[in-house]
Order: sequence, then structure tokens, then C-alpha cells
Amino acid sequence: MTDLALPPHHVVRQEVSRDEWIMRTATMAVGVLLIFALVLPLYAMLSKSVEDKAGQFIGLANYIAYFKTPALAQSVVNSFFVSIVSTVITVVLAFGYAFALTRSAMPFKELFKVIALFPLLAPSLLPGISLVYLFGNQGLIKGVLMGNTIYGPIGIIIGEVFFCFPHAFLIILTAMSLADARLYEAAEALRASRLRIFFTVTLPGAKYGLISAFFVVFTLVITDFGVPKVIGGQYNVLATDIYKQVIGQQNFQMGSVVSVILLLPAIIAFAADRIIQRRQVALLSARAVPYEAKPSLGRDSAMLAFCVVVAVMILGMLGMAAFASYVTFWPYNLKPSWKNYDFDAKDGIGWAAYWNSLIMSAWTAVIGTIIVFVGAYLVEKTRGFRLCRTLIQMLAMLPMAVPGLVLGLSYIFFFNNPANPFNFLYQTMAILVICTIAHFYTVAHLTAVTALKQMDAEFESVSASLKVPPWKTFWRVTAPVCLPAILDISIYLFVNAMTTVSAVVFIYYVNTTLASIQVLNMDDAGDVAPAAAMAMMIVYTSAAVRVLHWLATRGLSRRTQAWRRR
Amino acid sequence: MTADGSVNGRSYLRLRGIHKKFGSFTALKGVDLDINEREFVCFLGPSGCGKTTLLRAIAGLDVQTSGSIEQAGRDISTLPISSRDFGIVFQSYALFPNLTVSENVAYGLTSRGMNQADINKRVAELLGLVGLSDSGPKYPAQLSGGQQQRVALARALAPSPGLLLLDEPLSALDARVRIHLRHEIKQLQSRLRVTTIMVTHDQEEALTMGDRIVVMNHGVIEQVGTPLEIYRKPATAFVADFVGTMNFMKGTLVSPGRVRVGGTEIEYGDTAATVSPGAAVTLCIRPEDIAVRNVSASQGTVLQARIEALEFLGSFFRASLTPDGQKTALMADFSVNAVNDLGLSRGMALPIALPRDRLRVFAA
Repeated sequence: MTDLALPPHHVVRQEVSRDEWIMRTATMAVGVLLIFALVLPLYAMLSKSVEDKAGQFIGLANYIAYFKTPALAQSVVNSFFVSIVSTVITVVLAFGYAFALTRSAMPFKELFKVIALFPLLAPSLLPGISLVYLFGNQGLIKGVLMGNTIYGPIGIIIGEVFFCFPHAFLIILTAMSLADARLYEAAEALRASRLRIFFTVTLPGAKYGLISAFFVVFTLVITDFGVPKVIGGQYNVLATDIYKQVIGQQNFQMGSVVSVILLLPAIIAFAADRIIQRRQVALLSARAVPYEAKPSLGRDSAMLAFCVVVAVMILGMLGMAAFASYVTFWPYNLKPSWKNYDFDAKDGIGWAAYWNSLIMSAWTAVIGTIIVFVGAYLVEKTRGFRLCRTLIQMLAMLPMAVPGLVLGLSYIFFFNNPANPFNFLYQTMAILVICTIAHFYTVAHLTAVTALKQMDAEFESVSASLKVPPWKTFWRVTAPVCLPAILDISIYLFVNAMTTVSAVVFIYYVNTTLASIQVLNMDDAGDVAPAAAMAMMIVYTSAAVRVLHWLATRGLSRRTQAWRRR
Repeated sequence: MTADGSVNGRSYLRLRGIHKKFGSFTALKGVDLDINEREFVCFLGPSGCGKTTLLRAIAGLDVQTSGSIEQAGRDISTLPISSRDFGIVFQSYALFPNLTVSENVAYGLTSRGMNQADINKRVAELLGLVGLSDSGPKYPAQLSGGQQQRVALARALAPSPGLLLLDEPLSALDARVRIHLRHEIKQLQSRLRVTTIMVTHDQEEALTMGDRIVVMNHGVIEQVGTPLEIYRKPATAFVADFVGTMNFMKGTLVSPGRVRVGGTEIEYGDTAATVSPGAAVTLCIRPEDIAVRNVSASQGTVLQARIEALEFLGSFFRASLTPDGQKTALMADFSVNAVNDLGLSRGMALPIALPRDRLRVFAA
């Protein structure tokens, strides 16, 4: 009877099967990739900030020098000022827009929703260019500014509001879509006034969405480089300082100091946002009844008017850039022509930059989606090996807090080091792809995790009990079921790779110039109209890919997702 | 059959000294259990009692912290899931939504080098067995909950495992389907004669399905026994309370066979309990065991009681009785016939008997 009894302290360790070893090796590989793409470059950047030009450790001397330079320290103040003002305006507008879409019975909601997302298709350089045409020295409606210049905080704020609007709008829309109709019915039954319902039901319900949007937009603005680069004029912010220090003065140490300073608010805002998002989960009730607004002429027409104004501004910004790109010579010859699209006639590599962007984006989408989805799967669905999985999970969240410019600069320090065996990647297309995947890893990872979490937690247990290797279940069940999420991830990566400037601006090489960088360079060289044309090419491509994605998703769900229908 | 339930000495599944810790929380505190081949065993207990943890340890899904497990004479304590021999059905069924019913059932067969014709044959056989012969090409979402449950069962049974593990398989279904499926699973099990362990928190399910029931609480086994043993002779006050309805009376042991409750001495027949005179004890009796017909001292102690309340529960009446000299009321179940024949009504006084052999005594 006791022949099998073991001493109580004998701890049982489960043997690891061959299949599990294979999964663990794969997990480790993803972890190592993330360490090479994120941790080591960032470490290289951090250590650069405490070194002198000869590479000697000098403690915080660079930081002290930074804050003793009034022109540089002023950038911190400037950055915070434009970030806070832009954030408040963006969140208020986005809340109004989301309110109109979720709490009114106005018409054309779908159309307004699509228009709100248009800015996502453009690089952040585009609003700057449009603003030059609208309010610049030869601007269309320059008078509106009453003598103030657009080159400075005003321009930055307007540009950032346009650029960040869809991000804030999507977050708030999601939060407000979860409204529980029963709360509204209860409030009405208690004869609460409209205003009181707004303050006691609507606003508290959207609270976490608003706070989250605030932090996300703040991070986007303070780390954005495109808008202040084009329209900032003499008004310096942290992001443009990094660029100037590195590209203008070749002062890499000071560039890394500014990077660290920029990293701090981004990390704090990111951490605050994560904490708040964790709280929001508790608000969801499975028994909530979706709210549907009843028509009300006064409110609906007011909301419609508001949305029309916002939508016209969004379309106006895009339209201005489009119009400018087709004009022969602004503002003297407004005859339409393709002249500005003749990129090969300008400096740089011309149309090749556009093709580079397409190739880079395609690789980013394909390789990035595979790594992100497989990585998320290994983190979520394998057993044991907890330390490595937790590490990947943490590393996957890191890129959200790291501004693109900082990541790009880190890549210079890490990959341009001749002692680095990966030095051969420097100045190749591959490094642009790696950097872009790393830059946009977090959102893609979270999309994959959300989809994976919705799957039954026991699929892996069942397949192990049936002696089916895990990768077979991944291929036959997990990946097909998550196909919509996989398509979402790939399109997200593609569009961001098309529009990004910040991360790649430090690591491109003449041959690997991208379309967005060409926009920057042409604008720098005073070729604003061709810059607008190239920016529009990016918009058209992103839009076309979005439409293709939409068609593909529809087609796929018809053919392979038949099981979703009852 | 011996006391621990083993037949011919060696049992099919032997658990010895199973401990399981989750951080500082101890979910299983030294479980020893023997399960015979072809037996249907239910793990019964309240949530958090460790029953699912024990099942997952047997499957290797969450391996025990210490202790050993032997299946069919083979030590499986440290084996990975895929090296063990079991089929499992989860509460959620975990059917692959993008595969058809046939593909789900065939899932564990294709990896075993069977040829397609044999697989098809086996799938058809299993679908026939669970009464879903026509549902092969359908997707799980097109089936009802009960049908999905049967597909999960067929998938688990397809590779002919030596052990079938069922983790609360019926709790996601509505009451009617649940009762119907109880019979089906039980019949299927006795036909296939596969050793089966089912985890449940539903005592009715355990009583109707299990050959034996393992009642668990706070990580230890309270009692192992046949449904009748568990119900009639609960080994601990916990089992008495958890399974069925029970009256509890606090008292003092006068001598073996006699307990003083309030001002009355009550006789009981089961003197196995190891308590010495003067000790505080709990005296238990089931509501349906309190007798009101042909009351005589030959049955056991006779008390005079008043009916404080009489509640109609469909097939029987539940009365609340206060015996003379007692503070706490007793629940008693009376058949509709008894109530009619004796003209029972609220406020009525009547003699009741507490049958000697139906009383249980536990140390308080």
C-alpha cells in the first residue's frame, strides 16, 4: 500500500516532452529576437548618453550640459506646452465626435466614422505641408490667423490635432460603445434631466476611455517628429532637437541625452494608461443591453453640424495637400498637372523611394505578422517556461513607450558599431524592416493577444491529450480561427510602415530611402509641392491597401469562416 | 471488494500522498485514492475543494507538487500530458470551432498513423455511439449544447483511452438536457467499460452516476463510498451536511448509544463513532427519516412535537417541527399521503419517532 509513497518533501517535476522542448526553443527564439531588436539598442543609446565623444564614461555631465543650455532646456517647456494643448483639444473634439456617433440618432454615422480615420493613412508630415498651403506666407486663408504665423506652436497644435484625432476617437468610441441602455432607462424613469444624465451616466461611462485617450495622445504628440519638423519653424521641441543634434550637428551624445529626456514622459504616460486600462475591465457587464439613441431633432442636428465641421476640417487638410500636389506652380499657376509627381526629376532617388516603401511595408507586414502572432501564441498558449514568457510579454509592451526617433537613434548606436556581428545589417532594407516591426510591435501584439484570449483555454490541453503536437493545432485551429486578427495585424503593420518617418529617419541609406523620408527631404529642400505629391502617394497606397484588406476579409470570412454562421 | 475499493489487490489508478501547492495556497493535502478498472468515480465537493485540481494532476495538466500516481501498473507521476493515456472532456467542451464534427472526432486519430478508411470507420462508429450519425459535416456552432457535449465525448473516446476524465461536463447545460445526458453518459460508460472520473459539484449528479463517490473538502478526501453509503452513512459532519438535507442537533454523549439533547435523551444505533461520555457531539437525522406513522418506542426515541410550518413542495411536504423541550426546529419531510391520512396541519401537536438506525453521531 505504501510502496509508492514518497517522502513529503520530494517535489515532483514533470518531464518535458519533445514537443514542449520545441515550443520552448521557439519561445526562446522570440525572446532573443526582442532582446536584439529592443533591449540591446536601447542600452547602447542609454550608455551613449553618459559618455563623452571619445567614449569615456562621464556620468551625468551631458545631462548637466543639456540643462545649462537655455535653448535646449526651453524645448522641454515647449514640448510640454504644445503636447498638453493639442491633447486637450484633440480629446474634447474626439469626445464630441464619438458622442455624436454613439448617443445621437444623426444620419451618415458610418460615413463620419470612416472620415475620422482618414488621418491614419497619412504620414504626420502631411498636415504640416497642408498647413503651409493653407496658412503659410502664400497661404490660401492666411488672414484667419490675424497676423500670427503658422510656423510655430499654432501650426504644431493644429497639425497634431489632425494627426492624433483618429487615435483619440477610436479609444473613446470603444469606451462609449459599451453603454448600457438600462442605465439610461433607469435615469429617465427617475426623471433626470438630459444634462444630469450626461454628467451622471454618459461621462462616468466614458471616463476611462477619456483618460486613456488623454495619455495616448499626449505620448503621440510629445514624441511626434513630422509635424514640428515641417511647420515648427524656430519653435524647438524635444523631437526636433534630437534630429538637429544628430543630423545637423553630429552630436550623438547630446542626441541620446534628449532621447532619454523624451523617453521619460512617454514611459510615464504609457504606464499610467496601462494602469487605467486594467481598471476598465471591471466596468464591463455581460448582461449590459446596448444603448440605441432615440431621434431628437435638436440634439441630432447639433451633433450633425458638429461632425460636419470636424469632417470638413479633416477632408480640408487632406484635400489641400492633394490639390497642391496637382497644381502646376502654387500660387501663380493653378492649372492641374502631373509635374509634381515627376519625382525622378528632383534630388534623391525619386520614384524608387516609393517602391522602397512598398517593399519595406510588405516585408514588415509579412515577417512582422508571423513573429508577432507566433510570439503572442507562445506567450499565451504554452505551459511552463514562465520566466521567458513573462519576459516576452514585458518586452512586447516596451515599444509603445519608446518614441520612434529614440528607437532609430538606438539602432544607429547598436548596429553601426563595427564590433557588432550584426553590423552587416546597417544600411540595408532589413534593418528598416526590423526597426519598423519593433517600433509597432505593441499594438500588433495586443491585437493578437486579444484574439488568442478569446479562444478556449483548453484547446492545447485537449490536443495534448489526443497526442497531437501543438504546432499542428496551431496550424489547423489557432491560426485559422484568428485569421481576422492576423489580417488586422498585417494591415496595421503595412500602413504604419508606409507612413512612419521617425524611427527610420536615422537608419535609412541613400538606396533605401523611403517615400515618407523623401517627403521630409523634399520639404527640407523647399520642394513643398512634390513633397505633398509623395505624401499623397502614401495616402493613396494606404487607402488602397485598406480597401483591399476590407474586401479580402469579407471574401475570406465567406469562404473559410463558414463555421461562424449558425 | 475491500475497504479501499480495490479488487484483486491492485487497482487501476493509484494515487498516493498527492499534495498540490499554488504559491502559498495548498489545494491538495495528501490525497490517497484507489480507482478500479471500469469503475465510474465521481469527485464531489464545493468549489475550491480541490476536486478539479486532483483531476488535472491525474491528467498531468497541473502536475502535483508531491506524491505519486500509478495508472495500470505504470508510474505516470512525472510524465508529460502527451505520454499519458486518457481522454478528457472539459466544461467548455473545447471543440475546435473551425473543424466539422467529424474532423473534431478524428482529430486524435489522424496523428496515430491510421489510414483514412479506418479513421472514417471509427468516426462513424463513435458518432453512432453518441447518437449523432447525421451531424458529421456540421460545425460545432450549429449544434445544441447537449450535442456539442456528446461530440466532445466522442472525440475524447475516439483513440480508446484507458481513462476518461470529465471535468464538470454537464454544468453548462440546462436542467432538462442535463438529466437526459446523465443517463446517456452512464450507459455509454457501462457499455464501453472505460474507467471514468467525473468532477462535479452537483450531488444529484454524483449520486445518480457514480459507482463510487469521493467527497472532498479543503483539499482532503472526506469520504469514499457508494452513493448509498455516502447518503446513509456519512463519515463526517461535512459529508452529512453537503450531501442531501440534514438536521443537526447539538448534544452531549451520555453513554454509547445515548445522547442528551436539551432536556431529552435520544437513543441511536450507530455506536461506531469514537467519542467518550461527556463529550460534545452532533446528532444528525435526515428530514425523510423522521417518522410520524405507527410511532412506537421500538423504532427509537419518541418525542412530542408541534408543527410550526408546513410547506408544500410538489411531491412532498416539508414541515418544521419543534419537539417539546427543544429550542431548535427539525425539518421533516412527509409524503402527501401521510399529510392527508393523518390530517397534518400547522399548529398541530403529534408524536414523532427518531429511528435509532437512521441517526448519526459526530464529535462536535
